[in-house]
Amino acid sequence: MDLLANLALGFSVALTPTTLALALAGCVLGTIIGALPGLGPSNGVAILIPLSFSFGLDATQALVLMTSVYYGAMYGGRISSILLNIPGDEPAMMTTLDGYPMAKQGRAGDALVLSGVASFVGALLATIGLMLLAPVLARVAFMFGPAEYFALYLLAFCTLGGIGSANQAKAAIAVCLGLGIAMIGVDSSTGMTRFTGGSLHLFDGIDFLVAIVGLFAVAEVFVFIESHGRDSAIGVTLEKIRIPIKEILATRLTMLRATLIGFIAGLLPGAGASLGSFLAYMMEKSSARDKSGFGKGDPRGIAAPEAGNNAAAGGALVPMLTLGVPGSGTTAVLLALLMTLNITPGPLLFTERPEVVWGLIASLLIANFVLLILNVPLVKLFSRILQVPAAILLPGVTMVSFVGIYSLSGSYFDLLLMIGFGVLGYVLRKLSIPAVPVILGILLGGHMEVSLRRAMVLSDGDWTYLFNSPIAIGLWIAAVIGCIAPLFLRSYLKAPKAHKDDA
Amino acid sequence: MSDRITGLIVSVLALAFFAGASQLEMPFFADPLGPKAFPMLIASVAFVAGCVMVLRPDAEPEWPSLATFSRLLIAVLVLVLYAHGLKPLGFLLPTAIAAGAISYQIRPTFRAATLTGVCLSFGLFIIFKYGLGLSLFALPRWLMG
Repeated sequence: MDLLANLALGFSVALTPTTLALALAGCVLGTIIGALPGLGPSNGVAILIPLSFSFGLDATQALVLMTSVYYGAMYGGRISSILLNIPGDEPAMMTTLDGYPMAKQGRAGDALVLSGVASFVGALLATIGLMLLAPVLARVAFMFGPAEYFALYLLAFCTLGGIGSANQAKAAIAVCLGLGIAMIGVDSSTGMTRFTGGSLHLFDGIDFLVAIVGLFAVAEVFVFIESHGRDSAIGVTLEKIRIPIKEILATRLTMLRATLIGFIAGLLPGAGASLGSFLAYMMEKSSARDKSGFGKGDPRGIAAPEAGNNAAAGGALVPMLTLGVPGSGTTAVLLALLMTLNITPGPLLFTERPEVVWGLIASLLIANFVLLILNVPLVKLFSRILQVPAAILLPGVTMVSFVGIYSLSGSYFDLLLMIGFGVLGYVLRKLSIPAVPVILGILLGGHMEVSLRRAMVLSDGDWTYLFNSPIAIGLWIAAVIGCIAPLFLRSYLKAPKAHKDDA
Repeated sequence: MSDRITGLIVSVLALAFFAGASQLEMPFFADPLGPKAFPMLIASVAFVAGCVMVLRPDAEPEWPSLATFSRLLIAVLVLVLYAHGLKPLGFLLPTAIAAGAISYQIRPTFRAATLTGVCLSFGLFIIFKYGLGLSLFALPRWLMG
């Protein structure tokens, strides 16, 4: 049994005291980060990456810490959705629809426990799915040549732009912006400098961590300054926590369905957890016989999006690890972590560094149980975190970002660049141009160009080489569909209105 | 209107990027595509997308009022000064001032902001220096001797 041997290897890595402690710390940090409104998983992971380097962690340890933060944030995101009607992170938005009304009825505790259990089901099954599917996909990925990789990158950008954004032109601009930034610096195949404007600071290109922390964390500070830090008062009070067994059992099928949908959504490169929770909620609502409860605190409306978004979080790790193409904003940040650690994700990772992959998977299995404990019996503790006012939280985030980036390079130029990206992120947000494609462009731009150029070297400049294998053609078709289909589906895929406070 | 202006800026930048790419010299031993082609491809896509934005703008976003805008400007200025000050002035003083200033921009009460700045500065210094082992200097180096 290959799988069991691999798992044994994984657990032998995961059960060392350091790794275990890191997974635990990651879960706690992640839940806090997820629960804090305005500090989503991508922000949280982004500002922690530079610190994990200065801490001197090795590849497996850093990856375990950050992925536990990622999983934890997915769990924690629901806390502020339910208690404040503000999603702690983007994928938790659908949880506000039924979670907050249920909390208003004085059943905040029930909603938190139910969603915690749903998160657990989704995340655990998705981790098992990751365990089973990733090695298979890694074997398929061996058949990928440069032409296939080019098509795959294109597919990621198309689905991300098509599904993740309301306006394709704006998404395309975001992608081009990211790809353009990736071109700055020394061209790897000829050694020429491009677009540096003669500045020595830019010869190495722009460090993607600087861009990520700027676009996510620093931009968030500006958004909060504009909004005056309002929306941060606690909405409902939390009574004693008890376990609503009846509702958990009643929604068990909902959770399983939502997990499946979420996992598949997570697998799509460029789609991610937001799509997972959205589809899970919409499917559950449209398949329910009695729809009247939805939007008013229906338990199914809480279980479905939470199971969906946590399953998608696990699913999104599959393309990230096997193909090096992230499925969401946060997995893009995790990819940045891998690239900085000098680990190339892809099929070779599974054969050459099995301890990294399987150690990660085993740690995630453990992390899920830790998170269940943190998020069900101890949820009351974490709900206190919501009372931290933005006027303390955001300056803290800023300072952590600065010190993190400063500790990486020690140059004030990177800090200025980060502020620049923060301003850019704010302006983009105002213009509703999505920031995630920019990040993905910066991360993948170099690889995309290299694969295109290699393909052209192999074919001696013949463009039809890009379409010469069934896999490549399939990916091209999927890319075109991913880009165009949402145009027609948009009228069907409208998000329901969020619950409004009457008082 | 914002979308039209942005679209215009994007298109102009795309043209500039295209021009910049086409100026690159082809090295003698280059691959069939060379270093120009991919940047030119990106620029073309960006140009088209920019034009689409000019022709089909979305609804106008809600821009901040002049007062809010000046608060944002102050915040950016504070951060830029912080970036320059971090090395020569040590960690504690610039961090306290910058954190306090940002806090004041979010919630303008002087006492709370000062307290936030000082506490964050000391708290983070202890965490970074002794918890994570980063090499930070608390005070300006000329004071430390």
